[in-house]
Amino acid sequence: MAECHPVGFQWVMEAKARGATVIHVDPRFTRTSAVADIHVPLRAGTDIAFLGGLINYVLANGRYFHDYVVAYTNGPTLIGESFEDTEDLDGVFSGLDVEKRRYDPASWQYENAEMPSPAAEAPAAEGNAHQLSVATAGRGESHGSGGAQVPPEPERDETMTHPRCAFQIVKRHYSRYTPEMVEQVCGVPKDLFLKVAETITSSSGRERTTAFCYAVGWTQHTVGVQYVRAAALLQLLLGNIGRPGGGILALRGHSSIQGSTDIPTLYNLLPGYIPMPHANQDENLEKFVEATATAKGYWADMRSYVVSLLKAWWGPAATAENDFCFDYLPRLTGDHSTYATVTAQLDGTCKGYLIAGENPAVGSANAKMQRLGMANLDWLVVRDFSLIESATWWKDGPEIESGELETADIKTEVFFFPAAAHTEKNGSFTNTQRMLQWHHAAVEPAGQARSELWFYYHLGRLIRERLAGSTDEMDRPLLDLTWDYPTEGPLAEPDAGAVLAEINGWDSDKEPLSSYGQLEDDGSTACGCWIYCGVFADGVNQAARRKPGGEQSWVAPEWGWAWPANRRIIYNRASADPDGRPWSERKAYVWWDEKSARWTGHDVPDFPPSTSPRYRPPEGARGAEALSGIDPAVMQGDGKFWLYVPTGIQDGPLPTHYEPQDSPFPNLLYGIQRNPVRQLVSRRHNRYHPSPSAPGSEVFPYAVTTYRLTEHHTAGGMSRWQPYLAELQPEMFCEVSPELAEERGLEHLGWATIITARGVIEARVLVTERIPPLRFPGRTVHQIGLPYHWGPNGYTRGDAANELAAIALDPNVHIQEVKAFSADIRPGRRPRGPGRAALVEEYSRRAGITPDTGMEVTGGR
Amino acid sequence: MPRWPVLRQLEGADRTGRGAAVRSERSGGLRARTATADKVVKSVCPYCAVGCGQDVFVKDAKVVQIEGDPDSPVSRGRLCPKGAASLQLTTGEARCYDVLYRRPYAGDWEVLDLDTAMGMVADRVIATRRATWQWEDEGGARTRRTLGIASLGGATLDNEENYLMKKLYTALGAIQIENQARI
Amino acid sequence: MAADLAVDLAARLPSLLERTDPATASGWRDHPPRMGFFTDTTVCIGCKACEVACKEWNHVPEDGLELTGMSYDNTVGLGADSWRHVAFIEQPRRPARDPGTEATCAAASGVADAGIRWLMASDVCKHCTHAACLDVCPTGALFRTELGTVVVQEDVCNGCGYCVSACPYGVIDVRRGDGRAWKCTLCYDRISVGDEPACAKTCPTDSIQFGPLDELRERADRRLAQLHAAGVGDARLYGRDPDDGVGGDGAFFLLLDEPEVYGLPPDPVVTTRDLPEMWARAGVAAVALAGSVALSFLASTAGRQR
Repeated sequence: MAECHPVGFQWVMEAKARGATVIHVDPRFTRTSAVADIHVPLRAGTDIAFLGGLINYVLANGRYFHDYVVAYTNGPTLIGESFEDTEDLDGVFSGLDVEKRRYDPASWQYENAEMPSPAAEAPAAEGNAHQLSVATAGRGESHGSGGAQVPPEPERDETMTHPRCAFQIVKRHYSRYTPEMVEQVCGVPKDLFLKVAETITSSSGRERTTAFCYAVGWTQHTVGVQYVRAAALLQLLLGNIGRPGGGILALRGHSSIQGSTDIPTLYNLLPGYIPMPHANQDENLEKFVEATATAKGYWADMRSYVVSLLKAWWGPAATAENDFCFDYLPRLTGDHSTYATVTAQLDGTCKGYLIAGENPAVGSANAKMQRLGMANLDWLVVRDFSLIESATWWKDGPEIESGELETADIKTEVFFFPAAAHTEKNGSFTNTQRMLQWHHAAVEPAGQARSELWFYYHLGRLIRERLAGSTDEMDRPLLDLTWDYPTEGPLAEPDAGAVLAEINGWDSDKEPLSSYGQLEDDGSTACGCWIYCGVFADGVNQAARRKPGGEQSWVAPEWGWAWPANRRIIYNRASADPDGRPWSERKAYVWWDEKSARWTGHDVPDFPPSTSPRYRPPEGARGAEALSGIDPAVMQGDGKFWLYVPTGIQDGPLPTHYEPQDSPFPNLLYGIQRNPVRQLVSRRHNRYHPSPSAPGSEVFPYAVTTYRLTEHHTAGGMSRWQPYLAELQPEMFCEVSPELAEERGLEHLGWATIITARGVIEARVLVTERIPPLRFPGRTVHQIGLPYHWGPNGYTRGDAANELAAIALDPNVHIQEVKAFSADIRPGRRPRGPGRAALVEEYSRRAGITPDTGMEVTGGR
Repeated sequence: MPRWPVLRQLEGADRTGRGAAVRSERSGGLRARTATADKVVKSVCPYCAVGCGQDVFVKDAKVVQIEGDPDSPVSRGRLCPKGAASLQLTTGEARCYDVLYRRPYAGDWEVLDLDTAMGMVADRVIATRRATWQWEDEGGARTRRTLGIASLGGATLDNEENYLMKKLYTALGAIQIENQARI
Repeated sequence: MAADLAVDLAARLPSLLERTDPATASGWRDHPPRMGFFTDTTVCIGCKACEVACKEWNHVPEDGLELTGMSYDNTVGLGADSWRHVAFIEQPRRPARDPGTEATCAAASGVADAGIRWLMASDVCKHCTHAACLDVCPTGALFRTELGTVVVQEDVCNGCGYCVSACPYGVIDVRRGDGRAWKCTLCYDRISVGDEPACAKTCPTDSIQFGPLDELRERADRRLAQLHAAGVGDARLYGRDPDDGVGGDGAFFLLLDEPEVYGLPPDPVVTTRDLPEMWARAGVAAVALAGSVALSFLASTAGRQR
């Protein structure tokens, strides 16, 4: 956190000064470790084993927050009889279809659950192929936590002793994650592990809370979603969700990466986590809503959210008679994520590509595949500040240097458009705490630089002008689109405030809405993103509020605007006990006020404001009225936080340790090496390494992890070109321990060549004790640290770490595994010219790599 | 002509000539450019998602300084090295201000004017969309889309920009719309 | 009256007055309190924001892309083009220093070299009470400001370089291709209008603190006591003592190890300590120097008027 979010880290330092214990878990000793109270070096890719160890410690020693768990989680909920755990099946859950590489989650459901799982939303007659395409379509990301379809009042055992209640299943599942096992798998000494466990448990409960912060060190794995789930499970057991000083905080790395998830430039979502419709399954609005709305909680109003979105987009053309233009929405048929897009480019399906403020030619896994995909396009548009690698690969990319591609053979037309900077445009960023903050234009952009708002507005305008008068049905969504934003200034810049007003929404009189509770399902309201409704309440840009922090409460509710409803901590009903009183005075946040019969407190309560803690819903209640007074999980179909996830996740109801796709280490916990349903793309230039027991695995004996440095930003587009940043970290390097340096003859400040089955890079060597070898019984694992900021262009240049990484993905969210993979390292610079590809081929040959290598579903240890 | 420092030294209290007597006219007239700016514009750091507040100082329609906004309850006026380099990011020599175009099979860029380039991109979007339009998938399910056009980017952009992107692409029937949040 | 008396005293007893109030000794009447830096390296996270903010504010040039291999320190030291420098020191943790359980258990379980210490410290010009750079400057380019800081005037400096060898800390240097001497001004332009220096303002963890030196010294003493009470026996202040060889620093530090470990001289002494005796012997030279001062002043004035 100190490395990548230094200014956010000031609050950690302040907490430390006030007595908090700071624990840093990382394979490397970083700038965060330097000021932490405890640094825990663990083998990259073993966090679930570590977190599972903590879960087991909490359960085995009775250190969970009993009252919280019983009242607020699905711990007491009974799971159906057909569920079989990894304990029963040696590392896999019931429902695994080995041939199709997927789970059928039917057996994971709550007892007597009548509601189908998401994959089963499709009519049964359509068969397995259709279910598979739905399952692979990132369905779990919609609805926030992904679990729309559960019975609102499932059967529970409040004593949590029933062998099939979620609590007991969790307990059994993690019973093998002992401190000894943690030591063997993670390389974390037992005493150190116990110290962490004791610190966390003694810092949780009524009087204290513990917070977890994570970043892509948890997400960039073939089992990444489950890393975060494991933390959620632990935090729920400890009662640390919805309370001040608690939570699981994603430290996101781009100024509006949260906003671009909420208002998604993501294939599987519509604004506000409404799923993109799937081909045939949701052929009309009614079926879509039926399949996606819950009976209980705020997802019950799905129809209002969808209809209001359609009204925002298609305005008067969207009527009740035409299903509010629901049919204008294009449909998914499986995975259309960025890595699937690369495949589609290589296959010639995808012909035009627009890139805005992103640099896949060095910033995405398997950078070569990204470039080869672009080399097979008809046209490419790149918008950025400078000539990043994604704009110039056709003339100076690694394949040109190596002779694998020739510029004169590349047909792709390339457009480079200079982008405007944040100082040159109005707009809002949503930060990592879900808070929108408006930035005001200070100056006009120079030359031909323009904002993306300008580019996309005028591109849309030009397309609509060209299609005006078309009678082709395919053009109706464009011609009916509301696209009449006012422009201003010498450059005809669209009014960003007008766009924000549309996102916020209005009623039939065009008056701004103030809350998503006002949204209607009859077309009388329009709202571009229901969770952002209220950001323009009273016609005021709430995101531009800047009441100084020192002049308001510590919650600072009048700085910017946080979705939803300006709540700063979500699920904060859980900060009070079931009776509505704070769990403790020092942790008071929101509470039930008997006198006024309302929820009140330091923040906007995340609960129906006048629903008493004693309220129990009548039979047949729906929506917010179906939430009982002790249902803090207002977005979950059963109102409870989920220890056990019965639906909405692809790779099992409980986080389970699997080794990374390319790991030099066997899975010591189960007879299965890897996540059985991880998403793989075995094709030329994207082959996998042999399993650790297979011949050839010794060719790639070292564990690699990739990361950022404080001085640079992601793939470098906003830092490698800046001399003041470049001089602080002026060259691509690798970090190795003195032991590894000795073993491989690497010299400090010399060059090293690092090789995988995908590519080869060179880097200067930093020999440091900060990346310790991990010693396990009978073996030592050496780790190689690689920052991923570099590429061949810019003021400081170097090879990109992403040349080495495979496209091996988490099955829920299609995020690539770049935080842990295997490689070889040797002294000296990499070959130039044709020798570069030849070296990769030689390694692949020596390792005996074939299209089937590493593709095992089960086994593979 | 300003008074000669040695005279000031001999006349004044700074007999050793190491302080008041030797301060130059320039030094005496120094004013921080934050103090002489025409306006201060409230902004937000463009790098990571912490969302540190920035004050952008403008003089003669040019950004002359960017530093932390002390009012921000997020950042209290502080910036990391990247945020502190925002002035170089936004005003430095590395920025391109021309639209560039590479023809098929060409070996180098040529400069295009913005309007021409916009028209060319619009034409290509329309043509590719039409050529790759798909009403149904192989199984006959209605798809109403194109798989011919994809987009990447958004995490560094404004919410309003992401909104227009998603809205336009959806109306175009393009579904392969992605950003760094996936990566 | 009192001020006049002070001036007279200053003329006779410069060292005594400088010890408490270098600005008055340099002829500033009714001046504001002496301002300085207290850099608490125990909370430094080595982010180098101070380096960048300094360069951005003061337009200090980028000075080369060299990977040094000195941990994450690629700035190496202070100089004409680096007015803030963050040092990174990687140390194997000595068991005696930290008998904490993690170090012990790490050793016991065979996790090699698990516990190391990584020190970070942002160095800067010390703005000495007895500033040798200022003493030797023949042109009056270096001067003591009313805030007690030491500043090079870019419009006066003729690049003679005397200050470079005079500085006991190796801070000030001549910029290649420019010829003049440059160093931290403690953001004279900013603090003159009541702003913080750029480095202190940006510092995410408040490792760099700016304020009246008296207040900073009190704050540092409290912080040191707190650390000692917490068992951090290695903590010590550097440049805090007005009785040290430079009369105490206007920019002082809280360190966790010997100064040498951070590249700081353990016992800096103002190089012009014996200057009064030298003046007697160098009277003739001084007259010649005064002539050159006049010439350089005239030349620089003429240059400005062009």
